[in-house]
Amino acid sequence: MAAQRELVREALAEAHRREWAHVLTATVRLTRDLDLAEECSQEAFLTAVEAWERDGVPRNPGAWLTTTAKRKALDALRRASTLRTKLPLLVEPEMTEDGPGERPDGGDIADDRLRLVFTCCHPALAREAQVALTLRLVCGLTTPEIAHAFLVSEPTMAARVTRAKKKITAARIPYRVPETHELPERLDAVLTVVHLVFTTGHTAPSGDTLVRPDLVARALDLARVLLELMPDEREVRGLLALLLLNDARRATRVDDSGELLLLEDQDRSRWDREQVADGRVLVMDALRGGRPGRFALQAAIAAVHAEAPSWGETDWRQVVGLYDLLLQAWPSPVVALNRAAAVAMRDGPDAGLAALDALDAGALAGYRYLPAARADLLRRLGHAGEAATAYRQALDLTDNAAERAFLQRRLAEVGG
Amino acid sequence: MAQYLVLIYENESGYDNPDPSVWQQAMEAHNRFAEQVVELGGQVLGGNALQPTATATSIRGDVVTDGPFAETKEALGGFYLIEAKDLDHALQISRLCPAPFGGVEVRPVMEFPEQG
Repeated sequence: MAAQRELVREALAEAHRREWAHVLTATVRLTRDLDLAEECSQEAFLTAVEAWERDGVPRNPGAWLTTTAKRKALDALRRASTLRTKLPLLVEPEMTEDGPGERPDGGDIADDRLRLVFTCCHPALAREAQVALTLRLVCGLTTPEIAHAFLVSEPTMAARVTRAKKKITAARIPYRVPETHELPERLDAVLTVVHLVFTTGHTAPSGDTLVRPDLVARALDLARVLLELMPDEREVRGLLALLLLNDARRATRVDDSGELLLLEDQDRSRWDREQVADGRVLVMDALRGGRPGRFALQAAIAAVHAEAPSWGETDWRQVVGLYDLLLQAWPSPVVALNRAAAVAMRDGPDAGLAALDALDAGALAGYRYLPAARADLLRRLGHAGEAATAYRQALDLTDNAAERAFLQRRLAEVGG
Repeated sequence: MAQYLVLIYENESGYDNPDPSVWQQAMEAHNRFAEQVVELGGQVLGGNALQPTATATSIRGDVVTDGPFAETKEALGGFYLIEAKDLDHALQISRLCPAPFGGVEVRPVMEFPEQG
């Protein structure tokens, strides 16, 4: 009995991860109402616990869940006696695709998920709403989970999600995959959102642990789905490569006591070789054929690090060159900051400080890695007093326990 | 099809210049816009240009004051009421709406449920 329960639990977790978006979109097509569809999809998963324990896991869990969610939606519509007004919608061509022979592993489903992702990341929505909606509607995360990950209160996150859903309905943001000429603009929002989910998991903005593995897993999952659905988009390839190469270092980013370890101090023999290899293949493809995009270039930089046998043997010339290309593709102050750090490695701390001084400090105000980078270069040059001041500035700006411990240790080293 | 109001916000000083060519260009652009909306499968249901904000009067509760309701650098200078399939279609149309001294805001028109 316990074994059966465990089996059902696993099957449900797997179905939630793989099928949530499909169950939801299939139900939305029936209801034309996001909230109702979400409610019915959640209920379908709840119903499954009992039904599957009783009858066993169905051969096709996705189809089971979809059918159940749709049936619940029809019941709800009937109860609300709105079926009469909605009925004409049910016979629209989209519905006829949902014949009895439909299986949740067909191409139609792939399209569904993609449509949902692009709807959640529509440029008419604020970036924070895009992220929240993607996690909620595409990944099936609950509002409290999303609020926790992004450090806002539950009511704030709930309000954000509600506002965004309301805009989708009121303004009629369509469920559709953009056409080719719209893709550069639209796809960028999608990739940025997935990357943001990853970075939030990769270095949690606060809390006791450096990594939130659940968010990292969701981001990797989303990137894989996108690549599966859009195999020809080089930037999708670049994004997945970037995530894999960065995540490959996960086991070595903190020491045994949970303290942050910089790239320089990480045990490279414990990097996930398989992930590095997968990332490298993807990055080579992403760089080929025309000017590479910003995700491909970031992935290429990560690949140079992954290939270097040691910190000292890193090809800094190549890293700086890639940062130069990245700055052209994506003129962001954060990129300029990272480039300055690479210049310091290629040409020495003095050159690095000069590059830091040339940055737009205003644009980076409040960004903890600027004083941290300056502190590190000053420390290497032996300017202990100035380094201590910079470490204190960086400490004022971070709430992550692992990062704080690291900065405090460095501050003590320079006698601050 | 849904209705959207395309609100044209522009810096009014752009039209202060009495040079008739500015006006003429604007008129031509708006005429062209009306044709393009039809070509894109949308429809213009109405619209007009507005007199400058200096001519506006605001009412809030019982208080009547001079000037526009909200002090903005870029003022509401005109509007179109259009019909479009969805927001993407409305945006495709609105992108073509002439507003050389500012931009446009697209707002869905509220739909009230039918009675009975």
